[in-house]
Amino acid sequence: MTYILIFISAVFVNNIVLSQFLGICPFLGVSKKLDTAIGMSGAVAFVMTLATIITYLIQKLVLDAFNLQFLQTIVFILVIAALVQLVEIMLKKLSPSLYQALGVFLPLITTNCTILGVAIMVIQKDFNLLEGTVFAVSTAIGFGLALILFAGIREQLNMVKLPKGMQGTPIALIVAGLLAMAFMGFSGIV
Amino acid sequence: MSKLKFFVNGLLKENPTFVLLLGMCPTLGTTTSALNGMSMGLATAFVLVCSNVVISLLKNIIPDKVHIPAYIVIIATFVTIVQMCMEAYVPALYESLGLFIPLIVVNCIVLGRAEAFAAKHSVWESFLDGLGIGLGFTGALLLLGMVRELLGTGKIFSFAVFPESYGVLIFVLAPGAFLALGYLIAIVNKLNRAK
Repeated sequence: MTYILIFISAVFVNNIVLSQFLGICPFLGVSKKLDTAIGMSGAVAFVMTLATIITYLIQKLVLDAFNLQFLQTIVFILVIAALVQLVEIMLKKLSPSLYQALGVFLPLITTNCTILGVAIMVIQKDFNLLEGTVFAVSTAIGFGLALILFAGIREQLNMVKLPKGMQGTPIALIVAGLLAMAFMGFSGIV
Repeated sequence: MSKLKFFVNGLLKENPTFVLLLGMCPTLGTTTSALNGMSMGLATAFVLVCSNVVISLLKNIIPDKVHIPAYIVIIATFVTIVQMCMEAYVPALYESLGLFIPLIVVNCIVLGRAEAFAAKHSVWESFLDGLGIGLGFTGALLLLGMVRELLGTGKIFSFAVFPESYGVLIFVLAPGAFLALGYLIAIVNKLNRAK
């Protein structure tokens, strides 16, 4: 039951983009086309799950064990940066087709605040490893859901005539605001 | 005197929020009130100035191949300093900004300036650039925070302007952040075009 609650909460109620404001840069940056949005969501889901598991183990086995909690930010960001590089190299060798699909997005992910954010949140919320993993996967699904919905709307938006000042980012932000309002409808479920 | 242009540049012409559109996550996430927005801006400005100075001091020592990880370590060090100071001296503020303090590490403005400016300019110029961009960011956050606090609760810096019951609560909540920033950027675009 806890796992289902974590899942619903992370995907709908506390959606990482629309109610927690993490990962806005890729949300605005790669949402112009549906294909790229899907690719980005896949890459984020992959790295987020891996990064959460690894940072969790590091926190419990190294930082907590030696009382080094104050190094959390530095260690986590380095681990994530190294992990992204590693994933990139491995994907290139092991699965060129997947690399083709996700490759361009991987370097961008290091500075995607959702990854570090989720890694820190799992520690703050005191999840165990399995709960943390479920939380990471559901958060990634929530991110993908918001990104793909938004990309779909933005593709349609290209055909609309807008006042000059509103073109580009302003209208994108306002659409995101409306989407966030829609997601507010989920609050109270959990 | 001519060096002052590096400072002014960040304030207006290359304002990170309204013109370059960088660092959107803290911009939207921490501006529920003017005070929160300003504190977040100042914390980021501190990290930006310090990391710009240190990186421009070390720019000839850091090997080219590992420059990004090296920059990230430097930035993360200053973020940890800010984090610990805030936790010790202003715990209430630290609590309300929450996750966004450690996330200064991945703020694209900081790494972006390190890469695009501090790695190529002298220490003094990097200091001015960091200060300009940092204050530009603070100004933008302060403005957005004021707009949201005023529309949402009828107050600015907790000082009542009109009764709270006339406030539009949505502006303090998540959707209001997107709407307010969208309209502010539209206004800035309009003003830029009019020039």
